[in-house]
Amino acid sequence: MPQIANIAVSILFDGLAYAMFLFITSVGLSVTMGLMGFVNLAHGAFAMAGGYFVVSLTRSYGVDFIPSLIIAAVLAALVSVRFERRLYRRFYRAGELDQVLLTIGLAFMAIATFTYFYGPIPKSVPLPDWLRGDVNLGFRNFPTYRAFVIVLGAVLVAVLWYAFERTSIGAKIRAAVDNRRMAESVGINVDRLFTLTFALGSALAALGGGLAIQLFGLTPYFAVLYLVLFLIVVSVGGLGSLQGTLLAALVLGVVDTGGKYLISEAGGFFIYVMTVIILLIKPAGFYGRE
Amino acid sequence: MAANETSPAPRGAPDGKKARDRAAEFLLRRHRFRLAESLPWLIAIAVYFLFPDRLTFGSQVLIMILFALSLDMILGYAGIVTLGHAAFFGVGAYTVGLMAYHWGWSEPISGLFAAAIIAAIVGFISGWFLLRYHGLTLLMLTLATAIMILETGNFRSDITGGYDGLPGLIFDPIFGVFDYDLYGHTNYVYSLVVLAILFYFVRRIVYSPFGQALTGIRENVGRMHATGSPVHMRLVTAYTIAAAIAGMAGALFTQTNAYVTLTVFDFELSAEVMVMLILGGTGRLYGAFAGAAVYMVLEDHLSKLSPTFWQFGIGLLLLVTVLFARRGILGLVEDLAHIRFGRFGEHMPSLPRPAAWTCEQWRGLGIAALDGALIGLVVGFAVNLDRAELLLSWFTDYPLSVIAWAGCGALVVVAINVVYYMFTSRPAVEGRSR
Repeated sequence: MPQIANIAVSILFDGLAYAMFLFITSVGLSVTMGLMGFVNLAHGAFAMAGGYFVVSLTRSYGVDFIPSLIIAAVLAALVSVRFERRLYRRFYRAGELDQVLLTIGLAFMAIATFTYFYGPIPKSVPLPDWLRGDVNLGFRNFPTYRAFVIVLGAVLVAVLWYAFERTSIGAKIRAAVDNRRMAESVGINVDRLFTLTFALGSALAALGGGLAIQLFGLTPYFAVLYLVLFLIVVSVGGLGSLQGTLLAALVLGVVDTGGKYLISEAGGFFIYVMTVIILLIKPAGFYGRE
Repeated sequence: MAANETSPAPRGAPDGKKARDRAAEFLLRRHRFRLAESLPWLIAIAVYFLFPDRLTFGSQVLIMILFALSLDMILGYAGIVTLGHAAFFGVGAYTVGLMAYHWGWSEPISGLFAAAIIAAIVGFISGWFLLRYHGLTLLMLTLATAIMILETGNFRSDITGGYDGLPGLIFDPIFGVFDYDLYGHTNYVYSLVVLAILFYFVRRIVYSPFGQALTGIRENVGRMHATGSPVHMRLVTAYTIAAAIAGMAGALFTQTNAYVTLTVFDFELSAEVMVMLILGGTGRLYGAFAGAAVYMVLEDHLSKLSPTFWQFGIGLLLLVTVLFARRGILGLVEDLAHIRFGRFGEHMPSLPRPAAWTCEQWRGLGIAALDGALIGLVVGFAVNLDRAELLLSWFTDYPLSVIAWAGCGALVVVAINVVYYMFTSRPAVEGRSR
């Protein structure tokens, strides 16, 4: 029996860390998609870029891991705003095929660029001492880094929840997701709001990319490898919904980890079956608007 | 168009002819074979004689044309945006592969039909469920379905061979006569004949009332519902036919390569075929031909140079196509023909040259320069340490490099913008209303 309990705890713990990574990375995508209905397949590229910023900062410039995470997030936000202003803006009213093509093109270019500069081999970063090794939680040991990811994710969930539900900007975002025209007609500048959330979403994606280096290893293909998962989280959770994204990330994270632990040959089979079933029943996702 | 039937005759129409007659005449004339249509086929035949040692590659191009053609039916004509079209290619490829590997069924023509039937069944079942949805949900569902099939194949790698694939498949001579040769002559002719037959089939469908209904669904679903058209059934039918054709393309792929791996299900293949189609031009019969041929030849040359460059190239191609040539290569050719033959201005938007630069343009240029500087900074930041040896040394010296990279980025972007503004003052893309 303790053996089974042990495995269950492991699955829950790793699944939770995975879920937090998924949430951090895809929450921005969910809100921007909900706001503008823009299918951004280059979101994974921003996460990948963030990861490589962290690699460069820590390994080459000697910045510590935590500050470099923050710097990378800020850098990604700056770059993404320029992309939004220059390229994406023209495609808000275009068909989704155009959006898919544009952003896939960007993702390919990003992969090629980063392969050129960093090479295709997975990178790692030096962690500070307090993030290495295991942490004892009373009944057993857990890897400290994963525990850190879970705690950071929980903090971010709380902060985002507060910002979303309790601040005026959050209220504006919710209003714009619900009904953009109405929000515009009561004087909310949805364009500016969108730029803001886009920057924030890219910053969070970059943070997720930075965290992912030690979880999965970082290669340029990160941009498309995990993109499918982000999109699943977003569409299963429902566009523009914070709690939907969190719920979807938790369910998918734990199910995927469990599936890989218990039946390793089946790989990612379970989450795709689950995605199809959920979307067939609820096409707009858990909390999406039909 | 057929809608003319009920509308009053437009001004300038020749007298005495009713709109109904003219519409009928148009529909009769529309599917008639035009001389220019023989061009791609003549090229394909010429390639056989001109490049006898490149025919293995040539048959791959033909197979991708067939695959892109099947996508054109659903994406270009019916307007179904799918990210999982490779699923049907893979199902077809594996039908033939598994039959040959496990049952020793190596007769190619019957294999081709078997692949078409299995792919059609998969297409019908998935289409029946999926085509009720649209937008992001449909994108995700098609993508997830394709990955699900891939993962199933990976799970039972004892049957499918997993990512190592089914090696060393042997197929009988076609009709028991034409054996495969080292240079792929038979393969090329075989692929060309299959492509020609299926192209004729697709052409008939596209010009049939059914094809017209598909275009109607693409342009305005609500209206098609209102006219009582069985929209869902039409979409499922088109999806099933496209799946069957994609399955045949997959079968040809396995037969001509004599091996198959799970990569035929990859998302990359779905994306690749979409890029080919967009590049050539969607919703036109020969878009698949132009797109697949140009893409494959470019890939063949550039990826030899460096796979990384080629990947960048795909991205750039996509970006340029979406921004400047949304109607693909054939659309560009059409525009050029209009200029050349004196009908300038009918299709092409005119290109006004701004007399003087307005304040707004200067401001735009300034922001562009800042953008360039930012890009330069990021690139410089990335380059500085990891690939320093590749670039000039004063670009990698730390304090100087920041300024150098930013300045270079700004200059490049300003130069691009000046050239762009010289030719046009309009935005590159007019947003289409939904």
